[in-house]
Amino acid sequence: MIYFELFYTFFLIGLFTFGGGYAMIPMIEEQVVTKGWIAEATLTDFIAVSEVTPGPFALNISTFIGNNIGGVFGAICSTIGVILPSLIIIIIVAIVMNKFITNKFVRGALNGVKPIVLSLIFSTALFMLIKVVFFSGNAIGGELAFDMKSFTLLIVLVGYIIIHKFVQKKSVSPIKMLGIAALLGLIIFTV
Amino acid sequence: MKKDSLWFRLLVLFLVFLKTGALTFGGGYAMIPIIQNEVAGKRKWVTDSEIIDIIAIAESTPGPIAVNTATYVGYKVAGVIGSIVATLGLVVPSFVIIFVISFFYKDFMKIAAIQAMFKGLKVGVIILLFSALIKLSKGVKLNLFTIILFVIGFSIMVLANFLPNNFNYWSLCLILFGALCGIIGVIISKKKGENK
Repeated sequence: MIYFELFYTFFLIGLFTFGGGYAMIPMIEEQVVTKGWIAEATLTDFIAVSEVTPGPFALNISTFIGNNIGGVFGAICSTIGVILPSLIIIIIVAIVMNKFITNKFVRGALNGVKPIVLSLIFSTALFMLIKVVFFSGNAIGGELAFDMKSFTLLIVLVGYIIIHKFVQKKSVSPIKMLGIAALLGLIIFTV
Repeated sequence: MKKDSLWFRLLVLFLVFLKTGALTFGGGYAMIPIIQNEVAGKRKWVTDSEIIDIIAIAESTPGPIAVNTATYVGYKVAGVIGSIVATLGLVVPSFVIIFVISFFYKDFMKIAAIQAMFKGLKVGVIILLFSALIKLSKGVKLNLFTIILFVIGFSIMVLANFLPNNFNYWSLCLILFGALCGIIGVIISKKKGENK
C-alpha cells in the first residue's frame, strides 16, 4: 500500500539523516528515484522549490514528494514519517540528557558517521553535476551530450560566489544564489 | 487563561513554532535566533545555555535539525505533549504552502520561461549541495580514519551507481557502517589505554 510505503520510506530517511536537510538528499534520491516514484530531473526541481519556500527544507521536500505520489494523505504520511524518529529519539535523549552528549560511544559513532555523510553528499552532487553538464540531465552512461549552456551557467555562478566571498567577506545566501541561478537560466536558456 | 498554565504554554509553543516554520528559509540553524528570542529571552522557559545544548543535541541525533530543535524545546517547556505541539506548529506552514504550490506546479512547469528558470535552478541546486558539503566538512577532523571512511563511502556510491542493482539501501548501510567503525575505534583506543 502506497501510504504505508511512503510512511516507512520517510521514517527511514528521518532516522538516518545526520547534519540537516541536505544530508537527506542522497537517501531521498536512492529511495524515491529507484522506486520510480519520481524522475531524477523532477527531484532537482522539487529540491529548488523546497529551498525557496519558507519552512524547513526537510519538511518541504517530504510534503512535496508525499503529495506528488499520494495526494494529501500521502503528504501527511511522508511528513509524519520524517518527524517521528526525531520525536521518539529527542524525547528519550531529553530524559537522559547529559549522559547522551558526553557519552564516548555516541561521540565515537558520530565521528564515524560524519565522513560517510560527506562522502554521500559529495557523490550525489558529483553525479548530478556530471548528468547535467555531460548528459543533458539524462542518466550517466547514455549518449554523451555536452551541455554548453549549463556549463557556462555553472562557471558564472561559481565565479560570482567566489568574488562575492572575496569582496563582501561573507557567503551568498542560498535564496539569493538560487534567485540569480533562475534569472541567468531564464536568459541563457531562452536565447 | 492563566499565564504559565499548561494550556497557555502549549498555545505559545504552537504559535512560536508556527511563526518559525512560516518565516525561516532553509531550516535548521536559521530558526535558532527566533526560538532563542521567544522561548529564552522573552519568557525564560529555557536558559541560554540550554539553547546551546539544544544545538548540540539537534546535530548529534538523527532527524532534520529543525524538527529536532522543535521537539526538544517543546519537551523542555511542556513535556511530551509540548514536543508534539511544537513539532505540529513547525509542520503546518510547510504543509500548507507546499500543498498550495503542488496545485499549480504541473501547469506552471509547462511555461517555457519557467522551464528555462528551472534549468538554471538545477545548476544552482548542485552548487548548494557542494556548499553544504564544504560547510559540513568544517566539523570533521581530517585524519586517516575519516579519510578512509570517506573514500570507502565514495567508492561504494560510485559502484552502486554503475553496477545494475535494485538495492536502494546503500546510504543507510554506509551510515551504519560508519557508526560501527566509530564505536570500534573507541573500544580499541580504550584497550590501548588499559595496556599502558
